Amino acid sequence: MNQRSLFLKLLSAVIVFGAWQIAGLIPVSYAFPTFTESMHALYTITMDGRLFTAYAETLRPLVLGVAISAVSGIGLGLWIGLSSRFDWLFSPIFIVMQAAPLAALIPILVMAYGIGLTSKVFVVCIMAMPVIVLNTSTAVRNTPASIKEMGRSFLASDRDIILKIIIPAASPVIFSGLRLGVSAGFIGAILAELKITPTGVGDIITYSRSIADYPTMYAAIFSIIVLAVLFLNGLERLENTLFEGNNRGYVSD
Amino acid sequence: MSQTSDAFGKADPIDIDSAVSVRGVSKNYGEVEALRDLSLEFPRGQLTSLLGPSGCGKTTLLKIIAGLIPATAGEIEIDGRKVTGPGPDRAFVFQDFALLPWANVLRNVSFGLELRGVGKSEREAVAEKYIGNVGLSGFEKAYPHELSGGMRQRVGLARALSVDAQVLLLDEPFSAVDEQNRRKFQEDLLALVRNENKTFIFVTHSIEEAVYISDQIAILLPRPSRVSEIIRPTSFRGTKADNIRRSPEYLDIVDQIWASLRNYVE
Amino acid sequence: MTLFGYRLPAMSSLILWAAVWEIVGLSGWTFFIPPLSEVITTLFSVIGTPAFTKALSQTAYAFGAGVFFAVVIGIPVGILMGKSRIIDELLLPWVNIFLSAPLTALVPVLMVLFGFGMKSIIITTTLFAIWIIILNSRAGVKQINRSLVEMARSFGASPLDAFFKVYFWAALPEILGGVRIGVIRAVKGVIIGQLLISIVGFGALFELYSNNFLMAHFWAVLIVLFALAFSLSEFLGYLERRISYYAASR
Repeated sequence: MNQRSLFLKLLSAVIVFGAWQIAGLIPVSYAFPTFTESMHALYTITMDGRLFTAYAETLRPLVLGVAISAVSGIGLGLWIGLSSRFDWLFSPIFIVMQAAPLAALIPILVMAYGIGLTSKVFVVCIMAMPVIVLNTSTAVRNTPASIKEMGRSFLASDRDIILKIIIPAASPVIFSGLRLGVSAGFIGAILAELKITPTGVGDIITYSRSIADYPTMYAAIFSIIVLAVLFLNGLERLENTLFEGNNRGYVSD
Repeated sequence: MSQTSDAFGKADPIDIDSAVSVRGVSKNYGEVEALRDLSLEFPRGQLTSLLGPSGCGKTTLLKIIAGLIPATAGEIEIDGRKVTGPGPDRAFVFQDFALLPWANVLRNVSFGLELRGVGKSEREAVAEKYIGNVGLSGFEKAYPHELSGGMRQRVGLARALSVDAQVLLLDEPFSAVDEQNRRKFQEDLLALVRNENKTFIFVTHSIEEAVYISDQIAILLPRPSRVSEIIRPTSFRGTKADNIRRSPEYLDIVDQIWASLRNYVE
Repeated sequence: MTLFGYRLPAMSSLILWAAVWEIVGLSGWTFFIPPLSEVITTLFSVIGTPAFTKALSQTAYAFGAGVFFAVVIGIPVGILMGKSRIIDELLLPWVNIFLSAPLTALVPVLMVLFGFGMKSIIITTTLFAIWIIILNSRAGVKQINRSLVEMARSFGASPLDAFFKVYFWAALPEILGGVRIGVIRAVKGVIIGQLLISIVGFGALFELYSNNFLMAHFWAVLIVLFALAFSLSEFLGYLERRISYYAASR
């Protein structure tokens, strides 16, 4: 059974990469290198270290932005979920932010904060924060009434109910909010590097496009997608082992 | 309780030693009248069932006794003390078990003591004892999602027993448990009532269950909720658990209750 | 929240925030935030201009076309994946990858392959929207109650009848949920596409305003954009609630 699934995964990869190879061989476009050319370029930029210095640059705003969003987003979300007053005050902002194309704020961020790290961290934050806040507040609000009631009937203080019942009950959904936040943060980090100033992986992409070195460009894009997908899958695995028995409910963007 | 008293006779409140007294309790949800001027005595050391069709307010009454919902009017007294909120003298067993999914059986059972600030080793020793009593020894490290419905409710029961409250409030505890487990539970509950000197208040919608386990059955009728009848089975209480369902009195009471409830079933 | 016993409507705090914006703007604290009243007046003067209507119609066109392809391709693929195990196993890993991949990284590829125009923006929009639509349609078909399927068969429904009278309706709530999330993602996709390929639509407009430091214009367009996106998402949420009234009781 497991072998079949592994075989099909491999088969599916072979079909897709094979199609890429054939399309590159035809070629469908002068700007469409084959799979092997791209992989060779990936090997080259990995070996000469360009990829690593690029990622060091790219991951900085990403990590900073996600860290800021996680801490302030979970804090705000807990607050909103626990207090109807703050719910009334802050929820609408995040609901609108969740639905709105926040990327449109980038030009103004650049004007206000320049083209440096600050702007990029901001871009990551505005992309990642709404989903973290909304997941956290929804999770807190949706704590099953019966276990809160159980806590009260066994004489739990308000503090006990928050620390021992609401937060543990909400943590699976908070964690999945974090995962969605990281995913949005990746989008923001790449967007910032392509739109604001080309640094890191964005620089490899932009530069190799300008000199028509398409294999390198595809290699860089391939690498960032693989990195994001592997990292997010890792988070999902962690989530599944951490919260194995909990009832799960998702809100999603 | 005199063995010769009429099984269908109204209970006389004066000669009962009441653990819990409900006096003139009303509950309104806005316009809706859930309970109106309801009074009821719960004899000490016995099991009283609140039986009635759905929507008759039996769970509301139980939660008011638990102190989880405030009454609109009237008062509840437990051993002469007025109920103002949840207290250490009562423990609740929930219909949907209300177990913490992230905590193992041991922590779930000791959770009530944990909230009362009992030290870890002490509360776990108590919890161990009651886990054994409800027949879950060996499952201390298991998580709720690894247990069957019946086992989960045993955890809920052990949690309620471990805080050593005088009054146990059970809200349809077996309704989410399969038939065979339910029967086993009912037998265990009979033994529990006999052995522990506690007062049990038991909400159910099953006539057979109520008659099988109760010392006193209060029949509640809906809209607005009131006590229509109090029944005290007598002849089969002392007999062995196996014989109860064959006792003529058991069958008579079941029939009589059904006769008075059938009009209220939609 | 209730105030003096009166229940405040859910989104009413936005009025408070608007007031805060006005005060911050009036205080002249920063050049980047002009008073809201100024933004609103600008909004009415901008709305009629050819530049704005052109940007709006171009964006609406790209968005509409992108969503159209995402729906028309996404739903059948999702249903197919839900019904056929082999197709599911072949495609699912890729759908999951693209669902969480940073799709912004693909925009440069689209630019070199399809040029700096509308085509690339439409494809970007589709790419943002399609994966969640596929995944939800698949989930919708997969969760169909077995006894519903058996009921249809036991009453002798033909496969076609079973599909249109049972499967489609049973999966509809999930499919619609996917379309709603997909459309919200498409809004983000179309703007990201226009920002990166900034010669059409709002992307060009933003470039123009920010290069000329027309702050009030910039915010006015942002407000219009956010309001449109929010109304769209609320409208779809409303539709979903209307149609999936039976989702919980299947």
